[in-house]
Amino acid sequence: MKEIERGGIPVVHVCTIVPISQTVGANRIVPAVAIPHPLGDPTRTREEELQIRRNLVLKALKALGTEVHEQTVFTD
Amino acid sequence: MSYRIVHYINQFFAGIGGEEKADYKPEARDGVVGPGQALNAALKGRAEIVGTVICGDSYFAENMAKASAEILEMIRKFSPDAVVAGPAFNAGRYGTASGAVLDLVAKELQIPVVGGMYPENPGVELYRKSAYIVRTSDSARGMGAAVQGMASLVLKLLDGEEIGTPEEEGYIERGLRKNVFLDKVGGERAAEMLAKKLRGEPFKTEYPMPVFDRVAPNPPVRDMKNAVVALVTSGGIVPKGNPDHIEASSATHYGEYSLVGVMTADADHYETAHGGYDPTYANKDPNRVLPVDVMRELEKEGVFRKLHEKYYATVGNGTSVGNTKRFGEEIVGKLKKDGVDAVIVTST
Repeated sequence: MKEIERGGIPVVHVCTIVPISQTVGANRIVPAVAIPHPLGDPTRTREEELQIRRNLVLKALKALGTEVHEQTVFTD
Repeated sequence: MSYRIVHYINQFFAGIGGEEKADYKPEARDGVVGPGQALNAALKGRAEIVGTVICGDSYFAENMAKASAEILEMIRKFSPDAVVAGPAFNAGRYGTASGAVLDLVAKELQIPVVGGMYPENPGVELYRKSAYIVRTSDSARGMGAAVQGMASLVLKLLDGEEIGTPEEEGYIERGLRKNVFLDKVGGERAAEMLAKKLRGEPFKTEYPMPVFDRVAPNPPVRDMKNAVVALVTSGGIVPKGNPDHIEASSATHYGEYSLVGVMTADADHYETAHGGYDPTYANKDPNRVLPVDVMRELEKEGVFRKLHEKYYATVGNGTSVGNTKRFGEEIVGKLKKDGVDAVIVTST
Protein backbone atom coordinates (compact mmCIF):
# COMPACT_ATOMS: atom_id res chain seq x y z
CA MET A 1 0.00 0.00 0.00
CA LYS A 2 2.77 2.39 0.91
CA GLU A 3 4.60 1.35 -2.27
CA ILE A 4 1.49 2.18 -4.30
CA GLU A 5 1.51 5.64 -2.73
CA ARG A 6 5.25 5.94 -3.35
CA GLY A 7 4.64 4.93 -6.94
CA GLY A 8 2.43 7.97 -7.36
CA ILE A 9 -1.14 6.66 -7.26
CA PRO A 10 -3.44 7.89 -4.47
CA VAL A 11 -4.46 4.97 -2.27
CA VAL A 12 -6.91 4.44 0.56
CA HIS A 13 -6.62 1.68 3.16
CA VAL A 14 -9.90 0.12 4.29
CA CYS A 15 -9.04 -1.88 7.39
CA THR A 16 -10.23 -2.71 10.89
CA ILE A 17 -7.09 -2.26 12.99
CA VAL A 18 -6.46 1.42 12.41
CA PRO A 19 -3.35 1.62 14.67
CA ILE A 20 -1.59 -0.98 12.52
CA SER A 21 -2.46 0.94 9.37
CA GLN A 22 -1.10 4.10 10.95
CA THR A 23 2.10 2.35 11.99
CA VAL A 24 2.60 0.99 8.52
CA GLY A 25 2.19 4.50 7.13
CA ALA A 26 -1.12 4.69 5.28
CA ASN A 27 -2.15 8.27 4.57
CA ARG A 28 -5.84 7.78 3.86
CA ILE A 29 -7.52 5.33 6.23
CA VAL A 30 -11.15 4.20 6.35
CA PRO A 31 -12.03 2.09 9.42
CA ALA A 32 -13.82 -1.14 8.49
CA VAL A 33 -16.39 -3.34 10.22
CA ALA A 34 -14.45 -6.30 11.64
CA ILE A 35 -11.33 -8.34 10.91
CA PRO A 36 -12.95 -11.38 9.24
CA HIS A 37 -15.49 -9.25 7.32
CA PRO A 38 -14.10 -5.72 6.84
CA LEU A 39 -16.76 -4.70 4.30
CA GLY A 40 -19.72 -6.67 5.51
CA ASP A 41 -21.68 -7.71 8.55
CA PRO A 42 -23.11 -11.23 8.65
CA THR A 43 -25.34 -10.31 11.60
CA ARG A 44 -27.40 -7.98 9.38
CA THR A 45 -29.84 -8.69 6.60
CA ARG A 46 -28.51 -8.94 3.07
CA GLU A 47 -29.89 -5.47 2.23
CA GLU A 48 -28.42 -3.85 5.32
CA GLU A 49 -25.09 -5.48 4.64
CA LEU A 50 -25.00 -4.19 1.06
CA GLN A 51 -25.76 -0.71 2.35
CA ILE A 52 -22.90 -0.94 4.86
CA ARG A 53 -20.50 -2.05 2.13
CA ARG A 54 -21.72 0.65 -0.23
CA ASN A 55 -21.24 3.34 2.42
CA LEU A 56 -17.70 2.13 3.16
CA VAL A 57 -16.71 2.10 -0.51
CA LEU A 58 -18.25 5.56 -0.99
CA LYS A 59 -16.29 6.76 2.02
CA ALA A 60 -13.12 5.26 0.52
CA LEU A 61 -13.79 7.03 -2.79
CA LYS A 62 -14.42 10.27 -0.93
CA ALA A 63 -11.09 9.84 0.86
CA LEU A 64 -9.36 9.35 -2.48
CA GLY A 65 -10.89 12.63 -3.65
CA THR A 66 -9.85 14.54 -0.54
CA GLU A 67 -6.61 16.47 -0.24
CA VAL A 68 -4.63 15.34 2.83
CA HIS A 69 -1.30 16.52 4.18
CA GLU A 70 -0.81 13.93 6.90
CA GLN A 71 -2.19 10.55 7.96
CA THR A 72 -5.95 10.97 8.03
CA VAL A 73 -8.59 8.62 9.39
CA PHE A 74 -11.90 9.18 7.62
CA THR A 75 -14.48 8.40 10.27
CA ASP A 76 -17.51 10.24 8.96
CA MET B 1 9.09 -15.15 48.95
CA SER B 2 8.92 -15.24 45.19
CA TYR B 3 7.60 -12.47 42.97
CA ARG B 4 4.06 -12.68 41.60
CA ILE B 5 3.72 -12.56 37.84
CA VAL B 6 0.62 -12.36 35.66
CA HIS B 7 0.94 -13.72 32.14
CA TYR B 8 -1.09 -12.40 29.18
CA ILE B 9 -1.65 -14.76 26.23
CA ASN B 10 -4.08 -15.08 23.32
CA GLN B 11 -6.75 -17.71 22.68
CA PHE B 12 -4.47 -19.73 20.44
CA PHE B 13 -1.65 -20.22 22.94
CA ALA B 14 -4.23 -20.85 25.66
CA GLY B 15 -5.35 -23.87 23.64
CA ILE B 16 -8.88 -22.52 23.27
CA GLY B 17 -8.79 -22.45 19.50
CA GLY B 18 -7.53 -20.78 16.35
CA GLU B 19 -9.17 -18.11 14.26
CA GLU B 20 -12.64 -19.49 14.87
CA LYS B 21 -12.14 -18.53 18.53
CA ALA B 22 -10.39 -15.20 17.92
CA ASP B 23 -13.46 -13.37 19.24
CA TYR B 24 -12.95 -14.96 22.70
CA LYS B 25 -13.63 -12.49 25.50
CA PRO B 26 -11.08 -11.75 28.25
CA GLU B 27 -10.82 -14.43 30.89
CA ALA B 28 -8.65 -14.82 33.99
CA ARG B 29 -7.38 -18.18 35.20
CA ASP B 30 -5.29 -19.07 38.24
CA GLY B 31 -1.78 -20.30 37.59
CA VAL B 32 -0.11 -21.14 34.30
CA VAL B 33 -1.70 -21.81 30.92
CA GLY B 34 0.09 -22.93 27.75
CA PRO B 35 3.49 -21.25 27.26
CA GLY B 36 3.26 -20.08 30.89
CA GLN B 37 4.58 -23.46 31.87
CA ALA B 38 7.89 -22.92 30.07
CA LEU B 39 8.04 -19.36 31.31
CA ASN B 40 7.43 -20.47 34.88
CA ALA B 41 10.24 -23.02 34.60
CA ALA B 42 12.57 -20.32 33.26
CA LEU B 43 11.77 -18.15 36.28
CA LYS B 44 13.45 -20.85 38.41
CA GLY B 45 11.27 -20.37 41.47
CA ARG B 46 12.41 -16.78 41.96
CA ALA B 47 9.10 -15.64 40.53
CA GLU B 48 5.88 -17.46 39.92
CA ILE B 49 3.03 -17.05 37.46
CA VAL B 50 0.06 -16.62 39.78
CA GLY B 51 -2.47 -15.99 37.07
CA THR B 52 -3.02 -15.94 33.34
CA VAL B 53 -5.25 -13.55 31.44
CA ILE B 54 -6.44 -14.73 28.05
CA CYS B 55 -8.10 -12.77 25.26
CA GLY B 56 -8.98 -13.53 21.65
CA ASP B 57 -6.90 -11.50 19.19
CA SER B 58 -9.82 -10.24 17.13
CA TYR B 59 -11.89 -9.46 20.20
CA PHE B 60 -9.06 -7.29 21.47
CA ALA B 61 -8.42 -5.59 18.13
CA GLU B 62 -12.08 -4.79 17.61
CA ASN B 63 -12.81 -3.66 21.18
CA MET B 64 -9.50 -2.16 22.27
CA ALA B 65 -10.71 0.27 24.91
CA LYS B 66 -13.20 -2.11 26.50
CA ALA B 67 -10.92 -5.15 26.37
CA SER B 68 -7.94 -3.23 27.81
CA ALA B 69 -10.02 -2.01 30.72
CA GLU B 70 -11.37 -5.49 31.45
CA ILE B 71 -7.94 -7.08 31.21
CA LEU B 72 -6.38 -4.44 33.46
CA GLU B 73 -8.95 -5.20 36.16
CA MET B 74 -8.32 -8.94 35.88
CA ILE B 75 -4.58 -8.37 36.17
CA ARG B 76 -4.99 -5.99 39.10
CA LYS B 77 -6.93 -8.61 41.09
CA PHE B 78 -3.90 -10.92 41.09
CA SER B 79 -1.80 -8.17 42.78
CA PRO B 80 1.18 -8.87 40.53
CA ASP B 81 4.73 -7.58 40.92
CA ALA B 82 5.23 -7.75 37.14
CA VAL B 83 3.33 -8.64 33.96
CA VAL B 84 4.67 -10.66 31.04
CA ALA B 85 2.84 -10.88 27.70
CA GLY B 86 3.41 -13.31 24.86
CA PRO B 87 5.74 -14.11 23.18
CA ALA B 88 3.69 -13.01 20.16
CA PHE B 89 6.40 -13.73 17.54
CA ASN B 90 5.22 -12.23 14.23
CA ALA B 91 1.48 -12.38 14.98
CA GLY B 92 0.31 -8.82 14.37
CA ARG B 93 -2.92 -8.74 16.35
CA TYR B 94 -1.38 -10.68 19.23
CA GLY B 95 1.63 -8.35 19.28
CA THR B 96 -0.56 -5.28 19.21
CA ALA B 97 -2.77 -6.65 21.99
CA SER B 98 0.11 -7.67 24.23
CA GLY B 99 1.82 -4.33 23.66
CA ALA B 100 -1.36 -2.45 24.53
CA VAL B 101 -1.83 -4.51 27.71
CA LEU B 102 1.76 -3.93 28.81
CA ASP B 103 1.52 -0.22 28.06
CA LEU B 104 -1.61 0.11 30.16
CA VAL B 105 -0.23 -1.99 33.04
CA ALA B 106 3.00 0.04 33.12
CA LYS B 107 1.01 3.28 33.27
CA GLU B 108 -1.72 2.22 35.68
CA LEU B 109 0.00 -0.24 38.00
CA GLN B 110 3.56 1.12 37.74
CA ILE B 111 5.15 -2.33 37.74
CA PRO B 112 7.72 -3.91 35.39
CA VAL B 113 6.34 -5.27 32.10
CA VAL B 114 8.00 -7.52 29.51
CA GLY B 115 6.81 -8.70 26.12
CA GLY B 116 8.33 -10.77 23.35
CA MET B 117 8.01 -10.16 19.59
CA TYR B 118 9.68 -10.51 16.23
CA PRO B 119 11.10 -7.08 15.23
CA GLU B 120 8.70 -6.76 12.27
CA ASN B 121 5.60 -7.28 14.43
CA PRO B 122 3.52 -4.07 14.21
CA GLY B 123 3.20 -4.20 18.00
CA VAL B 124 6.91 -3.35 18.23
CA GLU B 125 6.66 0.03 16.55
CA LEU B 126 3.55 0.85 18.58
CA TYR B 127 4.77 -0.18 22.02
CA ARG B 128 8.57 -0.55 22.15
CA LYS B 129 8.79 2.76 23.98
CA SER B 130 6.46 1.73 26.77
CA ALA B 131 7.66 -1.84 27.40
CA TYR B 132 10.72 -4.02 27.25
CA ILE B 133 10.04 -6.25 24.26
CA VAL B 134 12.39 -9.20 23.95
CA ARG B 135 13.48 -9.89 20.39
CA THR B 136 12.14 -13.30 19.30
CA SER B 137 12.07 -15.39 16.15
CA ASP B 138 9.12 -15.04 13.76
CA SER B 139 7.34 -18.22 14.81
CA ALA B 140 6.68 -20.42 17.83
CA ARG B 141 9.69 -22.54 16.89
CA GLY B 142 11.64 -19.94 18.85
CA MET B 143 9.58 -20.39 22.02
CA GLY B 144 12.46 -21.76 24.12
CA ALA B 145 14.83 -18.87 23.52
CA ALA B 146 12.01 -16.34 23.80
CA VAL B 147 10.82 -17.41 27.26
CA GLN B 148 14.41 -17.62 28.54
CA GLY B 149 15.06 -14.07 27.43
CA MET B 150 11.78 -12.78 28.80
CA ALA B 151 12.27 -14.57 32.14
CA SER B 152 15.76 -13.27 32.72
CA LEU B 153 14.77 -9.71 31.82
CA VAL B 154 11.71 -9.66 34.09
CA LEU B 155 13.76 -11.07 36.99
CA LYS B 156 16.36 -8.34 36.54
CA LEU B 157 13.66 -5.70 36.50
CA LEU B 158 12.03 -7.16 39.62
CA ASP B 159 15.36 -7.24 41.42
CA GLY B 160 15.89 -3.61 40.47
CA GLU B 161 19.11 -4.50 38.68
CA GLU B 162 20.50 -2.19 36.09
CA ILE B 163 19.34 -3.12 32.59
CA GLY B 164 22.06 -3.19 29.94
CA THR B 165 21.85 -2.17 26.32
CA PRO B 166 19.35 -3.76 23.93
CA GLU B 167 22.18 -5.90 22.47
CA GLU B 168 23.31 -7.14 25.89
CA GLU B 169 19.84 -7.96 27.17
CA GLY B 170 18.17 -9.03 23.93
CA TYR B 171 15.31 -6.57 23.94
CA ILE B 172 14.22 -4.24 21.15
CA GLU B 173 15.58 -0.70 21.27
CA ARG B 174 13.29 1.58 23.20
CA GLY B 175 14.62 4.88 21.96
CA LEU B 176 15.95 5.82 25.41
CA ARG B 177 19.18 7.71 25.90
CA LYS B 178 21.41 7.18 28.87
CA ASN B 179 24.45 9.16 30.01
CA VAL B 180 27.64 7.18 30.51
CA PHE B 181 31.25 8.13 31.22
CA LEU B 182 33.90 7.10 28.75
CA ASP B 183 37.67 7.60 28.78
CA LYS B 184 37.83 9.23 25.41
CA VAL B 185 36.10 12.51 24.63
CA GLY B 186 33.46 12.72 21.92
CA GLY B 187 35.73 14.38 19.35
CA GLU B 188 38.28 11.61 19.64
CA ARG B 189 35.66 8.89 19.28
CA ALA B 190 34.11 10.61 16.28
CA ALA B 191 37.52 10.95 14.61
CA GLU B 192 38.17 7.23 15.21
CA MET B 193 34.84 6.32 13.67
CA LEU B 194 35.53 8.52 10.67
CA ALA B 195 38.97 6.95 10.21
CA LYS B 196 37.39 3.49 10.35
CA LYS B 197 34.75 4.52 7.86
CA LEU B 198 37.42 5.86 5.50
CA ARG B 199 39.35 2.61 5.77
CA GLY B 200 36.16 0.71 5.04
CA GLU B 201 36.23 -0.96 8.47
CA PRO B 202 33.11 -1.69 10.49
CA PHE B 203 32.26 0.88 13.13
CA LYS B 204 29.34 1.41 15.43
CA THR B 205 27.57 4.73 15.64
CA GLU B 206 26.72 6.04 19.11
CA TYR B 207 23.61 7.73 17.79
CA PRO B 208 21.69 5.79 15.18
CA MET B 209 19.48 8.04 13.09
CA PRO B 210 15.82 7.08 13.31
CA VAL B 211 14.42 5.60 10.13
CA PHE B 212 11.02 6.97 9.26
CA ASP B 213 9.70 5.23 6.22
CA ARG B 214 6.90 7.60 5.47
CA VAL B 215 5.54 8.51 2.08
CA ALA B 216 3.85 11.87 1.53
CA PRO B 217 0.22 11.56 0.48
CA ASN B 218 -0.44 11.91 -3.23
CA PRO B 219 -2.76 14.63 -4.48
CA PRO B 220 -6.39 13.49 -4.51
CA VAL B 221 -8.33 12.34 -7.53
CA ARG B 222 -9.92 15.57 -8.79
CA ASP B 223 -12.29 14.03 -11.28
CA MET B 224 -13.65 10.81 -9.81
CA LYS B 225 -16.29 10.49 -12.53
CA ASN B 226 -13.52 9.89 -15.05
CA ALA B 227 -11.26 7.80 -12.83
CA VAL B 228 -10.20 4.18 -13.17
CA VAL B 229 -10.18 2.62 -9.70
CA ALA B 230 -8.38 -0.63 -8.83
CA LEU B 231 -8.94 -3.06 -5.98
CA VAL B 232 -6.00 -4.59 -4.08
CA THR B 233 -6.36 -6.76 -1.00
CA SER B 234 -4.19 -8.38 1.63
CA GLY B 235 -7.23 -10.40 2.70
CA GLY B 236 -6.37 -13.31 0.43
CA ILE B 237 -9.44 -13.32 -1.86
CA VAL B 238 -8.50 -15.58 -4.79
CA PRO B 239 -10.38 -17.47 -7.49
CA LYS B 240 -11.74 -20.70 -6.08
CA GLY B 241 -9.05 -23.33 -5.78
CA ASN B 242 -6.32 -20.72 -5.24
CA PRO B 243 -4.69 -21.30 -8.64
CA ASP B 244 -1.44 -19.51 -7.74
CA HIS B 245 -1.13 -21.35 -4.43
CA ILE B 246 -0.76 -18.21 -2.38
CA GLU B 247 0.39 -19.30 1.06
CA ALA B 248 -2.01 -19.05 4.02
CA SER B 249 0.74 -17.26 5.94
CA SER B 250 4.15 -15.76 5.21
CA ALA B 251 3.16 -15.28 1.57
CA THR B 252 5.99 -15.21 -0.95
CA HIS B 253 3.90 -13.98 -3.87
CA TYR B 254 0.69 -12.25 -4.91
CA GLY B 255 -1.91 -12.99 -7.57
CA GLU B 256 -3.17 -10.91 -10.47
CA TYR B 257 -6.72 -11.83 -11.49
CA SER B 258 -9.07 -10.63 -14.21
CA LEU B 259 -12.33 -8.92 -13.30
CA VAL B 260 -13.55 -8.77 -16.88
CA GLY B 261 -17.25 -9.64 -16.82
CA VAL B 262 -17.15 -10.28 -13.08
CA MET B 263 -20.10 -8.57 -11.44
CA THR B 264 -19.66 -9.96 -7.95
CA ALA B 265 -17.03 -11.84 -5.96
CA ASP B 266 -19.44 -14.65 -5.15
CA ALA B 267 -18.79 -17.79 -3.12
CA ASP B 268 -19.07 -20.03 -6.19
CA HIS B 269 -16.02 -18.48 -7.81
CA TYR B 270 -13.95 -16.93 -5.04
CA GLU B 271 -12.60 -17.83 -1.61
CA THR B 272 -9.98 -16.65 0.84
CA ALA B 273 -6.50 -18.15 1.06
CA HIS B 274 -5.77 -16.22 4.26
CA GLY B 275 -4.85 -18.36 7.28
CA GLY B 276 -4.89 -15.56 9.82
CA TYR B 277 -8.59 -14.94 10.37
CA ASP B 278 -11.75 -17.03 10.58
CA PRO B 279 -12.56 -17.62 6.89
CA THR B 280 -16.25 -18.44 7.42
CA TYR B 281 -17.60 -14.98 6.54
CA ALA B 282 -15.22 -14.25 3.66
CA ASN B 283 -15.86 -17.64 2.09
CA LYS B 284 -19.60 -17.22 2.39
CA ASP B 285 -19.45 -13.87 0.62
CA PRO B 286 -15.99 -12.81 -0.63
CA ASN B 287 -17.43 -9.34 -1.42
CA ARG B 288 -17.08 -8.75 2.33
CA VAL B 289 -13.34 -8.46 1.73
CA LEU B 290 -13.13 -7.63 -1.99
CA PRO B 291 -16.18 -5.42 -2.67
CA VAL B 292 -16.64 -6.18 -6.37
CA ASP B 293 -20.44 -6.12 -6.14
CA VAL B 294 -20.77 -2.53 -4.91
CA MET B 295 -17.87 -1.36 -7.08
CA ARG B 296 -19.85 -2.55 -10.13
CA GLU B 297 -22.95 -0.83 -8.81
CA LEU B 298 -21.13 2.48 -8.33
CA GLU B 299 -19.40 2.09 -11.70
CA LYS B 300 -22.80 1.69 -13.32
CA GLU B 301 -24.09 4.76 -11.50
CA GLY B 302 -21.15 6.74 -12.85
CA VAL B 303 -19.59 7.55 -9.47
CA PHE B 304 -16.28 6.64 -11.14
CA ARG B 305 -15.62 5.66 -14.73
CA LYS B 306 -14.28 2.14 -14.51
CA LEU B 307 -13.33 -0.61 -12.11
CA HIS B 308 -9.85 -1.66 -13.24
CA GLU B 309 -10.10 -4.96 -15.07
CA LYS B 310 -7.60 -6.71 -12.83
CA TYR B 311 -7.33 -7.00 -9.10
CA TYR B 312 -4.33 -7.99 -7.02
CA ALA B 313 -4.41 -10.16 -3.92
CA THR B 314 -2.00 -11.50 -1.37
CA VAL B 315 -2.15 -12.80 2.18
CA GLY B 316 -1.03 -10.35 4.84
CA ASN B 317 -0.38 -12.86 7.60
CA GLY B 318 3.12 -12.87 9.02
CA THR B 319 4.28 -11.87 5.55
CA SER B 320 7.68 -10.23 5.74
CA VAL B 321 8.05 -6.51 5.16
CA GLY B 322 10.62 -7.25 2.46
CA ASN B 323 8.16 -9.39 0.49
CA THR B 324 5.23 -6.99 0.82
CA LYS B 325 7.44 -4.12 -0.29
CA ARG B 326 8.39 -6.05 -3.40
CA PHE B 327 4.71 -6.96 -4.09
CA GLY B 328 3.76 -3.29 -3.77
CA GLU B 329 6.51 -2.09 -6.07
CA GLU B 330 5.57 -4.60 -8.75
CA ILE B 331 1.83 -3.99 -8.42
CA VAL B 332 2.14 -0.20 -8.64
CA GLY B 333 4.28 -0.55 -11.76
CA LYS B 334 1.52 -2.55 -13.43
CA LEU B 335 -1.25 -0.26 -12.23
CA LYS B 336 0.55 2.78 -13.59
CA LYS B 337 1.14 1.13 -16.93
CA ASP B 338 -2.57 0.33 -17.09
CA GLY B 339 -3.53 3.93 -16.37
CA VAL B 340 -5.14 3.37 -12.97
CA ASP B 341 -5.99 6.65 -11.18
CA ALA B 342 -6.73 5.45 -7.66
CA VAL B 343 -6.48 2.31 -5.54
CA ILE B 344 -8.60 0.89 -2.74
CA VAL B 345 -6.63 -1.53 -0.54
CA THR B 346 -8.67 -3.71 1.78
CA SER B 347 -7.20 -5.59 4.74
CA THR B 348 -8.60 -8.07 7.19
